[in-house]
Amino acid sequence: WVPVVGLEIHAQISSNSKLFSGSQVQFAAPPNSLVSFFDASLPGTLPVLNRRCVEAAVMTGLALNCSINKKSLFDRKHYFYADLPAGYQITQQRVPIAVNGSLSYSLCIDSKMSQMVTKTVRIKQIQLEQDSGKSLHDDTRSQTLVDLNRAGVGLMEVVMEPDMCCGEEAAAAVRELQLILQTLGSSQAVMAEGQLRVDANVSVHHPGEPYGVRTEVKNINSIRFLAKAVDYEIQRQIEELENGGTILNETRAFDSKLGCTVPMRDKEGKQDYRFMPEPNLPPLILYDTKSLPANMNHQQVVNIDWIRERLPDLPRVKRAKLVERYGILPEHSFTLLNEDGLSEFFENVVKQTQMKPKKVIGWILNDLLSYLKQHSLTVKESPVSSFLLADLLNLLEKKEISPTAAKQVLGELWKGEGKTPLEIVKEKKLELIHDQKELEQICQAVIDGQENEVMAIKAGNLKVLNKLIGLVQRKTQGRSNPVLVKQLLEKKLSE
Amino acid sequence: QVSAALKEGRVTPTELCQRCLSLIKSTKFLNAYITVAEETALKQAEESEKRYRTGQPLGVLDGIPVAVKDNFNTAGIETTCASNMLKGYISPYNATVVQKLLDRGAVLLGKTNLDEFAMGSGSTDGVFGPVRNPWSYSRQYKEKSVLKSQSEDEESNWVISGGSSGGSAAAVSSFTCFAALGSDTGGSTRNPAAHCGVVGLKPTYGLISRHGLIPLVNSMDVPGILTRCVDDAAVVLGSLAGHDPKDSTTIQDNFKPFELPNLTDISKLSIGIPKEYNAPGLSSEILALWSRAADLFKNAGAKVIEVSLPHTRYSIVCYHVLCTAEVASNMARFDGLEYGHRSNMNKSTESMYAATRREGFNDVVRGRILSGNYFLLKQNYENYFIKAQKVRRLIANDFVKVFQSGVEILLTPTTLSDAAPYMEFIKEDNRTRSTQDDILTQAANMAGLPAINVPTALSERGLPIGLQFIGRSFQEKQLLSVAKWFEKQVKFPVIQLEEVKRHDHDVFQHQKSASFS
Repeated sequence: WVPVVGLEIHAQISSNSKLFSGSQVQFAAPPNSLVSFFDASLPGTLPVLNRRCVEAAVMTGLALNCSINKKSLFDRKHYFYADLPAGYQITQQRVPIAVNGSLSYSLCIDSKMSQMVTKTVRIKQIQLEQDSGKSLHDDTRSQTLVDLNRAGVGLMEVVMEPDMCCGEEAAAAVRELQLILQTLGSSQAVMAEGQLRVDANVSVHHPGEPYGVRTEVKNINSIRFLAKAVDYEIQRQIEELENGGTILNETRAFDSKLGCTVPMRDKEGKQDYRFMPEPNLPPLILYDTKSLPANMNHQQVVNIDWIRERLPDLPRVKRAKLVERYGILPEHSFTLLNEDGLSEFFENVVKQTQMKPKKVIGWILNDLLSYLKQHSLTVKESPVSSFLLADLLNLLEKKEISPTAAKQVLGELWKGEGKTPLEIVKEKKLELIHDQKELEQICQAVIDGQENEVMAIKAGNLKVLNKLIGLVQRKTQGRSNPVLVKQLLEKKLSE
Repeated sequence: QVSAALKEGRVTPTELCQRCLSLIKSTKFLNAYITVAEETALKQAEESEKRYRTGQPLGVLDGIPVAVKDNFNTAGIETTCASNMLKGYISPYNATVVQKLLDRGAVLLGKTNLDEFAMGSGSTDGVFGPVRNPWSYSRQYKEKSVLKSQSEDEESNWVISGGSSGGSAAAVSSFTCFAALGSDTGGSTRNPAAHCGVVGLKPTYGLISRHGLIPLVNSMDVPGILTRCVDDAAVVLGSLAGHDPKDSTTIQDNFKPFELPNLTDISKLSIGIPKEYNAPGLSSEILALWSRAADLFKNAGAKVIEVSLPHTRYSIVCYHVLCTAEVASNMARFDGLEYGHRSNMNKSTESMYAATRREGFNDVVRGRILSGNYFLLKQNYENYFIKAQKVRRLIANDFVKVFQSGVEILLTPTTLSDAAPYMEFIKEDNRTRSTQDDILTQAANMAGLPAINVPTALSERGLPIGLQFIGRSFQEKQLLSVAKWFEKQVKFPVIQLEEVKRHDHDVFQHQKSASFS
């Protein structure tokens, strides 16, 4: 069986005001407090295109390697629903703003995140359209409550071709898109706040045969659930077909509690949307430096080249730069970018310490990150700042403490009591013993106390040396440099 | 002239306003007004008076009483579109054109009657009843009509005002205001202007903002201007035209208001007479008048040539498809949820929608919605909507070709005949009437061109006949100059209405035509 997965993603544009009206865009405001006359579809009101939304769409199109259509059109898509006051949505059905792009994303081949493979999904198009309001069904009182705050907010619909084959790929692709949107600033793309909504189109077929009937899966609220929903639906379809059944071209909702998809009440069915050109909006004309007329008012114009020049580094580029600059592994760069603020944290630590980045990364990914995850904190909320961590790593580099001691100090730093690493070291007496004589004495003492082991080492079993080192460590309460200890022991044993 | 009178203090804005309000009351039987905003009008008049007293009037329009068709949004004053759907609807904002008038000190007397949602050519299909043409009660008409008995005449013989801006045309014609706003989608300003003997201007599409005008066909609607003389129309145009950021279909270029020159030499003018406008059903009377007008220009030295606009006969069918499609779309917002009439049916959202729309819309509106949705269905879109758009392009190109060949202005009739008696008119349904009546005016809307009706002469029945001039895009100055010249030549008579005479004042008495500029 070959599963085929395509995605329709709606990303809310990050802008101050809505796509066609001046009312504000804000999450979780009191109901119906952000509604302009146009949003409420008062008769006689007209749409006025928001420049920032156009720029966001162009940025996103460029970042996804699309051709930007210099002329795109707006259309009305008609259907009746309580959260659609005008009875139609303004969208771009005939000629969208961007077409024919691609998105590269990476997957781990195994679970250890040690090998990554790059895949590409084609972007069919990006179109600008209005978001609808929200309707809440109150079944007990048989009424529907309508909040129009969201009605008219600008959306970019990104259509990904069915180039994906499983939940993992879909999730990775969406994650990468999310990072790109956040890097561009064109959308905050937080799924939990409804700024990124994903619908999956899933079908299965036998190799060599034509594509199977597809279903659309909606109501997916997180990237994790996306992978689950897609995989469940693939399985469901395979089972259905293998049992001799057929797949209906239907819309299904993902039930996150049960982990399965269920048919949705046929809200739209096979609706005819009666598309019609939007007569109140002239065609959207975009320019590049070549086509820009000389005497044009630049406030009225969107210049594609101007936007292209100002695109920030995309995640792919950022990762490559991290790998090149710091010599870290590609997998590391993924993790750094995957966590909001982590790469900046890492770079700040590197700046402030003499420790090599390749070593710093271990502390960032293993110690810092796992602690944050355990306590459900974001990088921003970390009680240990990059300054403190760098300070600690410097102590380690200067060999003033051992790695074990460093971990202990870090454990103390998490408490966020405001102490510096040095203070903690002094407090807990964790400094490495630098006095060679003292160390030699302790080594000698250990050697003297472990006759059997000494004999074994002298006989050639060098592994036993580690036990002695361990004993010295214990005796010094971790305050000895294992490398130095090893040297001293070896020297003594060879005498 | 009234403006000058205001300035010189011969009459005050308040007096003017009161006189108009009182005249509105005496002409109530015309049913030209849906809402009379007496209180606010008097307040505005007071404000204007203050300004005149301190010698700081806002301009020519300061203190001038105006009326506005009831499909323009007026903040605080009911806007109904003559429909049950919007009965009692009080809009929170002013249409841009209304705001502009108010900003220049005009006094808003009230909202005028129309066909429901501007669909119709008689102003007979609104929920507040039909508008009666003031000329029905003129001495000129009464003298010419066959007398049965006094009362029978007045009650059963009254003629329609034309539509859909009939209320505005009747209001201007009966002297209850000095200017009125209408709308023009297929002739809705020019048609009633012709029947009521007033000037009706349809500006170029995109010149005047549609923000706040409740739309019929977004790609053809324009606000229309109704006045008693061409100079007045130019003044109102000057105060309304120009880019509106709230309306993305208005032109960006700066608009410069102009003063109309008094043309004396029209020998360089090239007038076109489109032969297709000798349409089936055109009365011989109007045909003759049209011909005489052409001769008038010829004798004054202008070049008058016959031209052809071959696709004219397709414009009505084309209009049907495009208009109903847009209507179906524009009316989708009337669901009773946010504003307007809401049915008591509450079994489900959908049943509430259906009942609300059935109760709120009349047959004409519902008919157009159904047709429009049919044309927009996926399987029909290509054959109807797209085809109609292509035909529209052909119609527009007809004009382009003619204007490119050197013709500057086209001269055509505005209507097929003079105003029909109401009892005759309603024998045919709205759609049939519109099909017949729009033929001479519709193409200008298709092509977005400016056009103006100038009252020309009285018919044999004593009713007004107007002729239409169509100009090139954004060449309103030229169009109005020619119209003004023509107006001067024909000297159209003043309506002789009892009620107006009773309210006579020096200001009106000695004028041939009472105008404000």
